[in-house]
Amino acid sequence: MGFLVIQSLAFCLLLFTSARQRRPVKSVGRHRAAGRPSRDVERPQPQAVDQEPVSAPSNVELRNPDVMTSTGVNAIMPTTQLQAIRGPADLATIEAKSISAWFDERKVLDRVSLFMPAGSVTALIGPSGCGKSTFLRILNRMHELIPNATLAGEVLLSGSDIYDPSWKLTEARKAIGMVFQKPNPFPAMSICDNVTAGLKLTGIKASREEKDDLIEECLTKAGLWNEVRDRLRQPGGALSGGQQQRLCIARSLAVRPKVLLMDEPCSALDPTSTRRIEQTIAELASEVTIVIVTHNMQQAARVSQQSAFFLAEQGTPGVIVEAGPTSKIFGSPDDPRTSDYVNGRFG
Amino acid sequence: MTTIVRTPAAGPENSADPARRGEPVGGGADRMFGLSLTSSGIVVLTIMGTVGLFLTLRGAGALKVAGLEFLTTQAWEPDAHNFGIATVLTGTVMIATVAIVFAVPLATGVALYISEYAPPSLRRLLINMVDLMAAIPGVVYGLWGFYLLNPSIIPLARWIASNFGWIPFLGIADSHPNDPFEPLTIYESSTFVAGIVVSLVIMPTICSVMRESFARAPIGEREGAYALGATRLGMIRSVVMPFGRGGMIGGTMLGLGRAMGETISVVMIITPVYRFQPEILRSGTNSVAALIALRFDAASPFELSALMAAGLALFALTLAVNFAASAIIVRTRSGELSGA
Repeated sequence: MGFLVIQSLAFCLLLFTSARQRRPVKSVGRHRAAGRPSRDVERPQPQAVDQEPVSAPSNVELRNPDVMTSTGVNAIMPTTQLQAIRGPADLATIEAKSISAWFDERKVLDRVSLFMPAGSVTALIGPSGCGKSTFLRILNRMHELIPNATLAGEVLLSGSDIYDPSWKLTEARKAIGMVFQKPNPFPAMSICDNVTAGLKLTGIKASREEKDDLIEECLTKAGLWNEVRDRLRQPGGALSGGQQQRLCIARSLAVRPKVLLMDEPCSALDPTSTRRIEQTIAELASEVTIVIVTHNMQQAARVSQQSAFFLAEQGTPGVIVEAGPTSKIFGSPDDPRTSDYVNGRFG
Repeated sequence: MTTIVRTPAAGPENSADPARRGEPVGGGADRMFGLSLTSSGIVVLTIMGTVGLFLTLRGAGALKVAGLEFLTTQAWEPDAHNFGIATVLTGTVMIATVAIVFAVPLATGVALYISEYAPPSLRRLLINMVDLMAAIPGVVYGLWGFYLLNPSIIPLARWIASNFGWIPFLGIADSHPNDPFEPLTIYESSTFVAGIVVSLVIMPTICSVMRESFARAPIGEREGAYALGATRLGMIRSVVMPFGRGGMIGGTMLGLGRAMGETISVVMIITPVYRFQPEILRSGTNSVAALIALRFDAASPFELSALMAAGLALFALTLAVNFAASAIIVRTRSGELSGA
């Protein structure tokens, strides 16, 4: 038995240490992309209208002075990673600066910059394959999970670059939550375990009461509490698709993210569930910055305050053609391609 | 809405709209193919049934003589009508247990490494290696175990016996680990050595089943865990392991089935004894398969019948284990589907 104990100890240790070794992000492109600067300098700065990161916020600031103040506060007070996780989520801006992305040698995003103001909903629209989802996944470092995926540029969460070595990968993902296209609750876990899964996974200790409060709070915010309060011990996989998606939203909220990314959260859902999720998004927008990718124009118009139109023309990498207030993108866009797309003439 | 009421007189056979059945697609060739496949299935069932029947019929003579004592007698002297499977059956279970205890952690580690950690090039190599390991015949493992493992295990066995002898099964009652003149052969050819060798035989099987079940953990759930800020260990524990649980249990049971039937490597290593011997580190053990392989050659007709009866017991035991394994695998798979 002693030998067995030793063996199993060694086995656990092996599991543990190998998980602890955060690989020096071999696939994060900052290093690799640094090795190919020629790609970024060979052409002058793209001529697209709204691409300079400063111009986009200026639009918003004009429209909404509150956003400006909150942005200012966040910029003055650089948020450390863990600080605000336990407290009420303070608002954070997220800004992409000159993001390029590659899958192997194929470039899918070319120096995309976008400012996503705090406490509001930004919609990313555009035809399939234009790099919206890739862009979204770059915002919380999910991009580097894909083998041979590389990137260049910066993602600033309230002014702090999440690709900077001072940010732990896991902390970045914790601060910037994500909801996926297909609802993905952990099927082996009960509803309440699903909500608190993030705590367990990120090593946050919480007492029984804290957990119960958190479960109720997050499920309420996700608009699911009244439907599941009587069956919190049932498996999360037994819920309907829309409920599962809201459970995933609750799960993301439980680690108190500052930003919530949503990758076509309603595309697998029926209209009623979709409307329910949209209500949830509207309610959440005041406390967490939301970025949503959607193929549904009406949805973008309904839920978002800002929109960015992505387009990848004929074998070229994706760029943002136009970004700005949703009313402008859908009402009187500057670029004819935006107008064609939002009016359903292509894509 | 029209309600269709069928009176007995207007039954399906003479009603105007008889029940329609889909015509089978394809013609004679398709039917032939279907029939040949059906017969293959029947052949498998027949073989299993015949083996069981054969063992029962041939073992019946000995079973009739021994009665229920067949299960409790330790000795194996069939011609003196004093025989039973108490020694060999417990030996089988003990060897298999040791094998499982060694093989399962190793197989889990290898399977997790292959499916979660290994870089793609190494992954392919490792998969091939594990498959190759499964292809090595038991007799080679037996040679390795007898000539290499058997002598070199002595210090370890001795260390365990002296330090952990207080744990049941691990002690050796009359050993003197501190006596330098103690004959070391007491630690050779034991259940422990046989179990380790058998663990190598069954590890690839367990590993393949586990690896496949780990790889089935869907990418969506994996990303869900990562997006919450999980480390790889956290992701494996919350997503991969729960999804692979069925495969882990099923693989272990399949391995257990194989371990209980493993013959040649056990025969090569053990010193057969015919009394119940619960000390796994002590030289001398036995198993049903080894008993049959060692004795059938020079067996009298009655002993042959007794061996058949022992074979029947092993057959039933492995069948039960394998059925349990497949039941567990099937149940978890369906659970997975409803969960997804």
